[in-house]
Amino acid sequence: MPETIENVAIKVSVNGKPRSLNVEPRTLLVEMLREQLDLTGTHVGCDTTYCGACTVLMNGAAVKSCTIFAVQADGAEITTVEGLESAGQLHPIQKAFGDAYGLQCGYCTPGLMLSASQLLSRNKQPSEKDIRKAIAGNTCRCTGYQNVLKAIQLAAQNMKGV
Amino acid sequence: MLLQLGEEAKLLAGGQSLIPLMKLRFASPKHLVDLNFISGTSYIKEENGALRFGALTRHAEVEYSASAAKLPILHDCASGIADVQVRNRGTIGGSLAEADPSGDWATVLMTLETEVRCLGTKGERIIPLPEFIRDAYTTALLPDEVLSEVIIKVPPRASGGAYLAFKRSAPVYPTASAAVRLTMEGDVCKEAAIVLGCVGLTPIKSNDAETALRGQRITEKAISAAVESARAAADPQSDMRGSAEYKRTLVGTLVKRAIEIAVQRAGGKQVEVSHIYA
Repeated sequence: MPETIENVAIKVSVNGKPRSLNVEPRTLLVEMLREQLDLTGTHVGCDTTYCGACTVLMNGAAVKSCTIFAVQADGAEITTVEGLESAGQLHPIQKAFGDAYGLQCGYCTPGLMLSASQLLSRNKQPSEKDIRKAIAGNTCRCTGYQNVLKAIQLAAQNMKGV
Repeated sequence: MLLQLGEEAKLLAGGQSLIPLMKLRFASPKHLVDLNFISGTSYIKEENGALRFGALTRHAEVEYSASAAKLPILHDCASGIADVQVRNRGTIGGSLAEADPSGDWATVLMTLETEVRCLGTKGERIIPLPEFIRDAYTTALLPDEVLSEVIIKVPPRASGGAYLAFKRSAPVYPTASAAVRLTMEGDVCKEAAIVLGCVGLTPIKSNDAETALRGQRITEKAISAAVESARAAADPQSDMRGSAEYKRTLVGTLVKRAIEIAVQRAGGKQVEVSHIYA
């Protein structure tokens, strides 16, 4: 007989909005985002802590949301790809991925953009090596990464002085 | 709390190994105790010739710590573990308590005088790292104990270390790794520690490789002798990461490069090192 486990009430800020949620203790952060909040921009790729498609920012740090329980986000600030744009305007990182053709199928793109977001928030002028290191945890099977690099370089340029 | 929950409880630190193991049903703990909300468990302090790391200090915090940078081998390790996302979550204490044969920290810290502080219901114990790591996934921790601090003695002047790990891509465990720490006196090696990772059930300290360098000038011949001894000490398994022979060859190459970098660093040179992957 499986024991019943009570849901846990958590408070979490998602893309700047405070949310009060009841979650099963086993629920992963990515499941909470996609299934309870309908924020389906965060993708599940491998579900084994490898591919980085599920990358979100937790208190400003890039994390794999398939490898954190939702209850662990209690009190945290989460940013998903939906939180990048503001007032209907694409974020410079989003715009640069389009302008530099930094995506093909787009499945890995939200994760890549959030990894880029952590990088550019801490390093305004990253070298190519810095960028490669920052996205080493994001797997892309279409682009070969060249245009992803160009997109992040373009975003860094466009964000100067922002 | 651990005493109440019994032996089927598991402590959750960064979760970057435990949560994937649970998804694969390799671990099915009845209870999980999340340590992440306990304050004061993440810190880096310099005291009395030692560096002390709170168990929940994240790899990324070590990577960017000015204190930890004084021992470049710690930066080699912290900045190369998996990828940015994993380093933002994974912890030094969790890595040691997990004792994964392919983990990075235990291999590195065995080249230094490292102790771990374990807190239990009966008080605390300080255990030297080589005694703490018992076997693959097995440590000296008792069911009611938690690893609370990692204490690393700063080696004497004219010491240098390096950690090199070779992996197929960033997020995966290394295929093989090597950590070296040398203390020099002029151009003679006074003390040597050489530890191999991912090529046995626990990190392997190669006494023969160390003996090959101790009291010697670090010549190509001395390095070759150390490399041969290290290869002989390795006990790798063939798996998807490579055949046993491949790993044995690889680990020797890593030892050679790590010795060369350790000598340069002991001489005061700055050498940047990162995990090697495509």
